[in-house]
Amino acid sequence: MDIHALQQIVHKTRDARRKQTIAKFSPADRDQLIHKYHPDYRASAYRPIRFGPNADEKTVVELATLLEGDSPIRDDMDLTPHYTTDVLVVGGGGAGCAAALHAHGAGAKVMLATKLRLGDSNSVMAQGGMQISVAPEDSPVTHFIDTLKGGHMQNDHELLKVMVEEGPSIAKWLIELGVLFDRQADGNLHVKKGGGSSKPRLVTCSDYTGLEMMRVLKDEVINQKIQLLEFCAAVELLSDDEGRCTGAIFKDLDNHRYVVVAAKSVILATGGIGRLHIQGFPTSNHYGATGDGLCLSYRMGARLAHIDTFQYHPSGAVYPEQLIGALVTEGIRSEGGHLVNATGERFVNELDTRDVVSSSIIRECEEGRGIRTMSGRVGVWLDTPLLDVEHGPGTVEKHFPAMMLQFERFGIDISKDPVLIYPTLHYQNGGVKIDTNAETNVNNLFVAGEASGGLHGRNRLMGNSLLDLMVFGKRSGLTAASRAGAMKQGKLTLKHLQRFRAEAGKHGNSSGVISPMILPAYTKKTG
Amino acid sequence: MAQQDANVIDQPEVLKPRMVSIEISGKKYEVPEGITVIKALWYTGQEVVRGAGCLGGFCGACATYYRTKDDPKVRTCLACQMAVQDGMSFTIMPPFPARKAIYDIQTLQDPKQDLFNLYPEAPLCRNCNACTESCPQKIDVREGVWKAVFGDFKSVSEMFMDCVMCGMCTPVCIADIAPNLVALYVSRAQGAHFTEKPQGLETRIKEIQDGRFNDEWKKILAMSEKELADHCATVK
Repeated sequence: MDIHALQQIVHKTRDARRKQTIAKFSPADRDQLIHKYHPDYRASAYRPIRFGPNADEKTVVELATLLEGDSPIRDDMDLTPHYTTDVLVVGGGGAGCAAALHAHGAGAKVMLATKLRLGDSNSVMAQGGMQISVAPEDSPVTHFIDTLKGGHMQNDHELLKVMVEEGPSIAKWLIELGVLFDRQADGNLHVKKGGGSSKPRLVTCSDYTGLEMMRVLKDEVINQKIQLLEFCAAVELLSDDEGRCTGAIFKDLDNHRYVVVAAKSVILATGGIGRLHIQGFPTSNHYGATGDGLCLSYRMGARLAHIDTFQYHPSGAVYPEQLIGALVTEGIRSEGGHLVNATGERFVNELDTRDVVSSSIIRECEEGRGIRTMSGRVGVWLDTPLLDVEHGPGTVEKHFPAMMLQFERFGIDISKDPVLIYPTLHYQNGGVKIDTNAETNVNNLFVAGEASGGLHGRNRLMGNSLLDLMVFGKRSGLTAASRAGAMKQGKLTLKHLQRFRAEAGKHGNSSGVISPMILPAYTKKTG
Repeated sequence: MAQQDANVIDQPEVLKPRMVSIEISGKKYEVPEGITVIKALWYTGQEVVRGAGCLGGFCGACATYYRTKDDPKVRTCLACQMAVQDGMSFTIMPPFPARKAIYDIQTLQDPKQDLFNLYPEAPLCRNCNACTESCPQKIDVREGVWKAVFGDFKSVSEMFMDCVMCGMCTPVCIADIAPNLVALYVSRAQGAHFTEKPQGLETRIKEIQDGRFNDEWKKILAMSEKELADHCATVK
């Protein structure tokens, strides 16, 4: 049928739905729903990792294969360094920029390497905002409680306490750098309510929060003259005789040469894994989200945490074909947008946590109440025009300019017609286990941002990622910088790689792939 | 089943993709109609390293020039956000060597005057409007440059909130202005120097420093798993 004909049911049922209140699930119902429908519970998608620090623990097949993968580096490679620095930051997104700026500010010599351009990241796409408890009726403790509930009580308490307490000072730092957060008439920060939060706590820059922060942070990295190594992908770490991290090897993607960097500390801020397309899901993630940091850390002996759980953002676009997987911001639901099935009914409290909302969308679709496309996809409606009805004409355009423009390019006016959505692979809840300074169990190896694990438990709360990046980017940068003065550069060896290969050999060798992946293989090889 | 069939959106273009002729950097290829420009590059077997970033329309890495069939007008787009059509010709914009001024935003004494030291070319705009026409984000770039020069930093910061820093406004400027970089400076100056400090934020930072929440923390962190779960259930 014509899409407009199918959309009619959303328009027809709008007034009736506006009077409805949908209760959140009880904890028992919520657990039942998630166990039945959330992709994290699809047993066939998982297998145990055969060896390494997390041996015998289960993760998705795609990730297990990469973790067991072999390095592209020969372990007798010449390790004469091309560069020497105090702090080596790998990754040019939010966590990488924050780490580099703070380490530089503390007086360390810093190098920032990234496999794409400075700033190409998931951070730049963050639309919903950043959770910081600034409202008088809110507090860091309430932020802590909300996050814990969202994370199924599995969050690392120490990491979480640090994050919520440092939030306000992070906002101050960003404002001083010139980030333009939305304000109330009295000049205070305007806060919105996000899914799974008991208080309005989302600090925003319209629906461009990540973009605005990244424009400023990138500009500042350049202004501070931090040494950059762009289009260079980290392919192996370096260790000394005691197994401490002492640098990294990069592959220059322009000339395919290896670049050896000696560093007193390494901070991996390499982001997530959406581009592995776990379980065949489309993804909202950027081109380079291939989990490189996990593979590098794992070979080095760093323990991973919660790597069996991923976040499927409830609202990825399903139509048009060109936007598949692209994110439709949660802000729409924060402002009252309904989720509507093919029979015109709401089926979940739209402000429940992401895992609950995603599971309920999958339930609707699996039980035949979804709307299908000829390309074989299925989804439910997100009633975007409702926002203009509720809050006055022009609301969608004013509050969600980025999204308006994105759909307008394909002839769709989201202020007039609902959009079709289905969960999209969005975030890696776990990652490399870190302490409150973002250091791993490998000395002088830090991991900040999405690549790290523990903070978010089994489900990250909306708006906590941007804050995570800033807080643990900062703490890793400051800790690494503070050590540099009293430290000598350690030896550069590949002993960890020899150990890893020996262990792989005992378990029937590596998975046969070379990791990290660096970029997804989208290029069609044959006509 | 009949019920389900009724719920299928028509997409004949997806079922049987029509192949269209396009030109990539001057070379002809056949690709399925309607795929994005970036996917057309992958489809034709080209490795993309430069020219792809977020794939979501936010990072500006895939700035592209394109022309449609028989139209002399060369337009701009983001390759991840534009569908190919028959007769289309495109090429990804190479990195353009624009000059970015270096400054310490926090220690500027007179940001509105400093604009003319950092970007002395900014007031030389000759009003050709090419920058506005080149913007894939539909920002009135020319107007923004003039507002910057006249010191209306607030308007510039609002107009350029959509800017993805693709830099397509730069190569077209006959006065060698890099409007996106000018706007970035202006927006940061607006945020750092001309925007009120939020009092509530200062209060909260002080409360945390003074330990206002310490008792509550003590209580929470001393709870058993069960107690904590019960407490969490009471917070709505």
